[in-house]
Order: sequence, then C-alpha cells, then structure tokens
Amino acid sequence: MKQNADLYMKHDQFIPLSFLPTGKKARVRALMSKGISRRRMLDLGLILDTEVEALQKSPFGDPVAYLVRGAVIALRSEEASDILVEAM
Amino acid sequence: MGLTKQSTGSSVLGFKPHIERQHPGQKIIALAGNPNVGKSTVFNSLTGMRQHTGNWPGKTVSIAQGSFFHKGVHFLLVDIPGTYSLMANSVEEGVARDFICFGDPDAVIVVTDATCLERNLNLVLQVLEVTGNVVVCVNLIDDARRRKIRIDLEELSRLLGVTVAGTSARSGKGLDRLMDEVWTVTHEKPGCCRGSPLKIRYHEAVESAVGLMEPSLEAALNKKLCARWTALRLLEGDENLLESIRNYLGYDLLALEAVSNSFQKARKILIDAGIDQDLFRDIIVSGIVRKAEEISRRVVAMEEPGHYTRDRKIDRVLTSRTWGIPIMIAMLGVILWITITGANYPSALLADALFWVEDQMTALFLSIGAPAWLHGLLVTGMYRTLAWVVSVMLPPMAIFFPLFTLLEDLGYLPRVAFNLDSFFKKACAHGKQALTMCMGFGCNAAGVVGCRIIDSPRERLIATITNSFVPCNGRFPTLIAIITMFFAGIIEGPFRSVISALMLTGVILLGVMMTLLVSRILSRTILKGLPSSFTLELPPYRKPQVGRILVRSLLDRTLFVLGRAVAVAAPAGMVIWAMSNIHIGGLSLLSHCAGFLDPFARLIGMDGCIIMAFIMGFPANEIVIPLVIMSYMSTGSMMEFESLVRLRELLAANGWTWLTAVCVMLFSLMHWPCSTTCLTIRKETQSWKWTLISFLVPTAAGILICFITASVARLLGLS
Repeated sequence: MKQNADLYMKHDQFIPLSFLPTGKKARVRALMSKGISRRRMLDLGLILDTEVEALQKSPFGDPVAYLVRGAVIALRSEEASDILVEAM
Repeated sequence: MGLTKQSTGSSVLGFKPHIERQHPGQKIIALAGNPNVGKSTVFNSLTGMRQHTGNWPGKTVSIAQGSFFHKGVHFLLVDIPGTYSLMANSVEEGVARDFICFGDPDAVIVVTDATCLERNLNLVLQVLEVTGNVVVCVNLIDDARRRKIRIDLEELSRLLGVTVAGTSARSGKGLDRLMDEVWTVTHEKPGCCRGSPLKIRYHEAVESAVGLMEPSLEAALNKKLCARWTALRLLEGDENLLESIRNYLGYDLLALEAVSNSFQKARKILIDAGIDQDLFRDIIVSGIVRKAEEISRRVVAMEEPGHYTRDRKIDRVLTSRTWGIPIMIAMLGVILWITITGANYPSALLADALFWVEDQMTALFLSIGAPAWLHGLLVTGMYRTLAWVVSVMLPPMAIFFPLFTLLEDLGYLPRVAFNLDSFFKKACAHGKQALTMCMGFGCNAAGVVGCRIIDSPRERLIATITNSFVPCNGRFPTLIAIITMFFAGIIEGPFRSVISALMLTGVILLGVMMTLLVSRILSRTILKGLPSSFTLELPPYRKPQVGRILVRSLLDRTLFVLGRAVAVAAPAGMVIWAMSNIHIGGLSLLSHCAGFLDPFARLIGMDGCIIMAFIMGFPANEIVIPLVIMSYMSTGSMMEFESLVRLRELLAANGWTWLTAVCVMLFSLMHWPCSTTCLTIRKETQSWKWTLISFLVPTAAGILICFITASVARLLGLS
C-alpha cells in the first residue's frame, strides 16, 4: 500500500484519498463512489476541487480523520479509496 | 415501487402529517439543523418543561414537541431529526423533509453551528429551496468567539434573504431575539416565496428543464409545495418524494397528464445536454456546496486559521496509536473507581438509616398488635427489598451518571467510536455501533433507541441484538457488590477499591468483546452481509456545563431509573416473601420453585434461588441481588446484616463459593434484556421475531459461558 502511494505521488497523478499521508492536504479530483455512499460524500461537501486534509489515523490505522470544509470527518479506507485526490 | 411501499410500511393511506394545534391560532414552528449543533439545547431553552415526545405517523422516529408563548402568541415547536441534508438518504432525513414539506409549519428555524458554518449552510440552502419562511439561528456564537471566529450576521441575512439570529442557547443569550424573529416571520403574509430568499441558479440546461416543468407543477400542487423545488426533485429521480406526495397529498403527481408531459420534455432537454440522473444530482449538490462556500467566505472571518489546533492536539493524544486505547480503558477504570469508592460511604449511611426505619416500623406493628403475616409481607418483604434497592443502587448511580454525562458533553464518545471502529469493521458491523454500545452503559433501552443512528437495517439489528452485552447502570450495583464481597477482600486498605475497579473494568471489557464476537457471528449467519459505508463526525470538544449535567443526569436519569426499580422491587419483595412463607407439603413455594430450577442452575455454577431472582428481576435487573438475599434470609436463617462482610457470610452459608460469584457476574453480564429493553426492541424493530432473538442470543451466550466456566473449574478441581 505504502509503496503504491509513493509511486503515485512521484508520478504526480491522482491518488486515492486513503493513500494521502497524515498532515498532507489534497484536492478532490474525482468521486468514484456510487449510490448511497456517493450521496453521503456529496452531503459532506466532498465535491470536485474541495480541499481535504488527512488529520489523524485511528489507533489501528483505519478509519482516518479528515478535515473537510471545517468539519472533522472519519472515513473508513473503503470510502476514502473511492475519492481520487491530487496532493497539494 | 410496490415493493418499496410494502417494505416501508407506509402504504396505509390517510396519514395525518399535521401536528394537532393545542390552541386555536397556535403557530407551528419546525426546528431543523445538523446533528451536534445544540439543537436540543435551543429546544429545551425555548420550551422549558412544556414538552412531550410523539412518534411520526408510521415511522419509529420520534419527534419531540414543546410549546412557548411570546408576545401574546402560542407557538408549538417541533424538534425534527437532526440531519445534514434533506435529500432523504436516511429515515431521519425523510422524516425531516416530510415534516417541512407536508407538516404545514408556519415557519422553520434552522439551527446552525457558528464554529462550522459552511457545512451547516448546506442544510439552510436546501430548506430555503422548499420554503422562504425561515429563521436561521446561528448557535454556539460564544464558542465561535472563543475560537476567534467572527460571523457577520447582517451580511449573512442579506445574502440568504431571510432573518438570522445569533444565539448561545446554553447561556440563553439571543433567544429573545430569535423568538422575536419567529414571531415576525409567522405574522407576515404566508406563501412559499415570501420575501426574496436566496435561490441557487444551477447549470443552464437544469434551469431550462426546471422552468419548463414549473407551470404544470404550480397548477398541480396548488401552493402546497414549492414548484421549483418539486421539479428539481422529480428530475433528480426522487421516487421517495413521489411516494410522500401520494401519502400526504393523496395523488400521484406523475399520473397527471400535464405534469407527465412537461416531465418528459424536461427530461429530453437534460438528455440532449448529456445530463443523466447521477450527473444531475452532482450538479445540484455541487451548486449548493459551492454557494455555501461562497457565502461562508463572505461572512466568516477567522483571526487565526489554526483555530482548531487545541482540538487537534487533544485528538493526537486521545486517538493515538499508542495511547488511544490505554487512555480509553484507563478513563473507564477511573470512572468506575470513583463510583465504587464514592458510593461506599453513602451506601452504608443510607442502609443504616433505612434499616433504622425498618426497626421503627416493626416496633409500630408490634405495638398496634398487627398480625405477623402483615408485618412480614409489608416490612420484611416489601420494605426491606425496597431499602436494599435504594441503598445499593442510588449512590453508584448518582455518581456514575453525572460522570458519564460529562464525557458525553465533552465530545469524547465519538472518539471512542473512532478508536474502536476497526474492531467493528472486522465484525462486519457499523462504526456507530460503538456509540450505541456506550449509550447502553447508561441504560440498554436507551441504547436500543440510539440504534436509530445506524441507517443500514442489517447493522442496526446487530447493534440492537448485542446492546445488552454491555452492563447497564442497573447491573453495575450487582457487579460492584459481588466484586467487593468476594474478590476485593483479598487486599486490605486503600487498594481495595482499586482492585474492585480493575475487576469491573475487566467485566465490561469482556462485555465489549462479547459484543464484537456475537456481532461477527450474526454477520456470518442470520444477518449476513458486508459493512455498509458510514461517516463519523468528530465534533469540536466543548466546555461541559456542570450545572446542567448534574440536573439532567440526576433528575432525568437517576431518579427515572431508580423510580422504575422501586416500582418493581416493592411487589417483587412481597411476592418473594409470600412464596417463602406459603407452604405446600412441608416445603415453601419458593423452595419448590428453587428446587425445580436447582439442577439446571447447578450445572451453570449457580443455584435455584439465584436463577429465580434473575427471572423475577426481568422487570428491573437492579433487584436481583436484593431478591437473592431475601430468599436466603426467609428460608430460615434470619439474620441482621450491617455490612457487606455480614452479607458475604450469609451468601457463604448458603453455599456460595468464588465460582458462584463469578458465574453470577457472568450471567448478570449476559442474560435476557430487562422487560423495558425488550419492549423497546419490539417497538424499534416492529417485530416479535427480532425481539425474541434479542432475548435468546445473550441468554444462550450467558448459559453457555457459565456452563463452560463452571465445568472447567470443577474439572480442574478449583472449586
């Protein structure tokens, strides 16, 4: 997982939000989630170009807390990996 | 569609969405808002004690109503469920939307959080699309000021086109102004487009499609619903709204020819522009979110952008890889230690006082020459059980409840869910189950009601069935008493209560592990499935209000639970006394029953009297230990008990060993939920089948684990 993340970062491509290291910020570039999960992400304000910051991992690494539009939201890796972001 | 109608159970026509007015001319005000924004504080501050809770017709979501009187007008405030959106993604959102649309409120107050205004504006903008009769309440304004966030309320009001009132509901600040604004809004001319509330302009194709549908919808809806908003929902493919319209307004909107024709034409415009339903929804949501962002940028000023650094620092410790779990367990241990230590002295004092009263009552009965059976029934039976319940239960509850409410108020519980989520994911359960589990510590019935926050039915059932694996406050006194009598005694002195607290923590952790294990088993068997998506908000830490915590936890929780226990203990005490004094064939009725249960009870490490007490404790778990004591005392060896030491002697005289104590604790942790919880489960699941399963699962687990414990101990010759 970690290696993959580094690879993506080097190539300056979009990475799944779940790969974003804590303390780093990124912009949402594509939302791949479907159905109810997609609606929930949109309700949180995770639309294109939204700035997201990975704040903190939980004790077992998953879920991770993100700062989205002033609110702290915890997402499991399943949801976060459907959000493609570009690291800033 | 037919399937949906049946499965939601709302196919019954003739819904009465209107809240009954208590006075003619009373104005109905809906109170909307995101979760965690102090909505209920606003509600309580405005309505005080004039409240009651009812269920929304056909749904299990409860709606609290309260009234207030302002400037000569009666207002009925309806607290609709806290939601992030009105898109009807969940039951709560559906109810919130239906009330705003069809509940005919004279105005809607949208409560927002000043410290997180941008996200809250999302809901405000959605409500504004439905109705213009809105007052925006920017709450927690003092919190925001402390975090150096300033909000230009006038500019916000100008941009939104509706009135805005800043409040700090905890201290009551700004509530008068809020009521003034509500009064004004409800006394201007009604209608869906009063004044000029903000309307968001979307993509061109969306606007022309909506514009095409509006005339036909306006004619069809006859001002009962905003035509523009309805057009947007129809084009978005919101089947749920069509269903609500059918239920509340009594007709099928798309069956009307004019509407159906314009709908087809509008759809064509969108298809030609390459907009399918998913994209349409994205356009709408993005439009709203962007608008919220834009408004927020203009009205919110943060002096220091790192205004949450303090919260982040706290989180970095409380949810860290190294310290997150240890701190959580330590915090639980400390709370239990304070409860046990603090409860000892007042418990003894209360017992002394109450048993002194018993002596006086006995003297009184003797002096008036009352028959022995009457004295037995009322004093030895009823009063003594009552005295026990009160002196054993009241002190720990009066200490535990406020401490627990304090953690709740601080905002720690969502962090518990964050820390534990990984386990719940492995158990294929919902992350919010950690929260409902925490609620179970207070009261399992409350925990079961709390399961509503889980919107996937499968995961909600898992959380409901496993809720009673965490010991509720009614079971703490049982556990504490047994631990103190049988295990803490190995050490003398100040460490005694530390040992007790550690053991109790261990019992609770066992309960948590059982919750996870049983959840996993359920996910693999009768409730097969994968964990559904969920998001968990970690709200800012808030300064707790100590005074309010004390009042709320002592009055609302402690006295309520104690009252229920007392109401059950009184008759149960009489029944036990009667059973032990009515003799059939030389043996008391109690001995017959206990004897009947005894072989089975011995198998799982207990005896017949204990199982009898558990069965009679079905209405309230608190009375189990008092009932055990009553039945031992009445079967001959009458003795006075001054202390837990003497009590231990009584239990030991009746054959209790350490193994009996362990099995009673395990069975107390895992047996059927109390009757209140069972009834609540029935109400929440609308099914006797799931109630029965919720009854059987913990019972089977308890019997199995007690059996294994007892057998292993006996095989190893430990007992």
